[in-house]
Amino acid sequence: MNILEFYKGFLEKKFSALEITKEFLAKKDDYNAFITISKDLALKQAKKADKMIAKGENSVLTGVPMAVKDNILVEGVKNTCASEILKDYIAPYDATCVKKLKELGAVVIGKTNLDEFAMGSSTENSGFFTTKNPCDIERVPGGSSGGSAAAVAADLCCYALGSDTGGSIRQPASFCGIVGLKPTYGAVSRYGLTAFASSFDQIGPLTKTAEDARIILNVISGKDIKDSTSIGFKDKIDVNTAQLKVGIPREYFIKGIDPKVETLIKQAIKKNYDIIEISLPHTKYALAAYYIIAPSEASANLARFDGVRYGLSKPEKDLFKTYLKTKGTGFGDEVKRRIMIGTYALSAGYYDAYYLKAQKVRTLIKQDFDKAFEKVDVIMTPTCPSPAFKIGEKADDPLSMYLADIFTVSVNLAGLPAVSVPIGKVNKLPVGLQIIGKPFEDHKILEVAKQYA
Amino acid sequence: MIPAEHIAKLARLGLSESEIKKFQKELSSILDYINLLEEVDVSNVKPTYHPFESGTVIRKDESIKEDPDKLIDLAPSKKKRYIKVKSVFK
Repeated sequence: MNILEFYKGFLEKKFSALEITKEFLAKKDDYNAFITISKDLALKQAKKADKMIAKGENSVLTGVPMAVKDNILVEGVKNTCASEILKDYIAPYDATCVKKLKELGAVVIGKTNLDEFAMGSSTENSGFFTTKNPCDIERVPGGSSGGSAAAVAADLCCYALGSDTGGSIRQPASFCGIVGLKPTYGAVSRYGLTAFASSFDQIGPLTKTAEDARIILNVISGKDIKDSTSIGFKDKIDVNTAQLKVGIPREYFIKGIDPKVETLIKQAIKKNYDIIEISLPHTKYALAAYYIIAPSEASANLARFDGVRYGLSKPEKDLFKTYLKTKGTGFGDEVKRRIMIGTYALSAGYYDAYYLKAQKVRTLIKQDFDKAFEKVDVIMTPTCPSPAFKIGEKADDPLSMYLADIFTVSVNLAGLPAVSVPIGKVNKLPVGLQIIGKPFEDHKILEVAKQYA
Repeated sequence: MIPAEHIAKLARLGLSESEIKKFQKELSSILDYINLLEEVDVSNVKPTYHPFESGTVIRKDESIKEDPDKLIDLAPSKKKRYIKVKSVFK
C-alpha cells in the first residue's frame, strides 16, 4: 500500500494504526534490512496516531509505518551508522526531518542498514551484515541506503528516509525497483544526520510512488535554524509535463553501459518525450573529483569520533594512543580508506594538486549543467550503468565499487535535485531512470516521475 | 608511493603493518584513477566549495535552552558533570 491508500484505510476505519503497526512489527525481516526495530516507539506513535484519527486531526502520514536509515537520529533509539564505533550509541534527540514526521503521527518501525557511515554502494561495507535485494537475494540492494530500499521494496514499511551523498538514495532505489529522491542541496535540513561529506549530503525519501515522494518532501523540507545551509522551499505542482523539453547527455551513453539498460531507458523516455541530445562535457571527471572532495570532507567530519565524548572508547596510556586505538578498532576498512584518501588530499604539499583541483573541476561540472539547462527543462539518464550486481562481485575491489556511482555523483557535485524511478526490468532485475532538475525544481521532476511510477 | 604510515598518524588511525601495506596498494590504484583530473585545464576557474554560496548565516545572539546532561551522559568516562580526558600536557 502507498501513503494515500493507508490514509484512505484509516479514514474508512478498515484498520487502526495500532493494528497496522502490530502487523508490520510482526513481519519477518528476510532480507536483513533492519539494524534496530523500534517497537516501543512504534506502538507509542501508533496509539497517538489513532487518537489523532479519532479526533479528525490526522494528516496523510498519520499512522503510516515508515523506516529511517541508521544515520538519521531518532531520539531514544540506537543510531549505529552500521559502525562498531557507534554500536551502542543512543540518539539524544530527533533529526529535524524525523521530528516533523513524528509530529504528524508517523510510526517509526525501525532503523535500516547501510554501508558504514554511508560509504559504499551495496551495504557490503556495513559493519554488521549485508542486506539482500528483495528482487534477487543473491544480489546487493545497492547502497548506501540499501536497508531503506529493501525495506520499502519488501513492504516492511510504506516508505523510508535515506541520505544521498553520491547516489546513496537513487542507486539503491534503482536496484530495488522503487522511487528514490535526492532533493536539491539545502531543501531538507541535515540536522540530526551523521555528517559524511557536508557539501553533498542530503536527506530524502525512498517510496513506492513519485506522489509519495512529493508528500514526504513537502513535510521534511524547509528552512531550519539548526542547519544554516537549509533553504526555504515551496511546493509547486502547476507543471505542464507534456510541454517540457527533455535532454539526454551523450556522455551517459558510452562504453560500459549495459546495452539492454540503454535500450530500456531510451524507450521509456521516447514514450513521453522527444529526445534532445545535449552534452555535459566534463562528465568523465565527475567521479574522480567526487572521490577527492567527499573523502576530504569525511576525514574532517569523522575526526569527531575520538573516544572521549561519545561512542566507542579504547583507553590507552595517553591521549594520542587512545585516539589511535579507538579509531583503529572502531572504523571498518572503507571508512579507514576514505579517511586516508581525504587526509592525504588535504595534507601539506598535496592540497593544491588534489583538493583545490577537484573543487575547480566541480565548478566546470556545475557550469555544464547550467549551460544544458538553458536548452532543456529536465535531463534524463540511467540511474546506474547496469542492474544490481551480485553480493561479493565488487567487494574486493574498491575502485570498481566506486564506479557504481558514475551516473549519480555529478548531481551531488552540482547540488541538483534528481529522482530515480523504476521503468522496467532487464533479466528480471529492476532498472531506474534518473530525472535531473534545476535547483529547487524538485516538484517538477516529481511531476515528470509520476508518468512512470 | 603514498606515505601511508605518516597519513595514518595524521588521521590518528591506529593501523597494523598489514593494513598499512594493504592501504598503500589500494590508495595507489585509487589515486591513479584520480590522476585523470590532470588532463583538465582549470586555469581561470574558481573552486566551488559549496553548491549554493549563501554567505555567512547569522542568528541573534540569544541562548537556546537545551538539556546538556543528555549529551554529557553519553561520554564513556566522566566525573559528576565533567567529561574525563587523558592529560593533554606532559
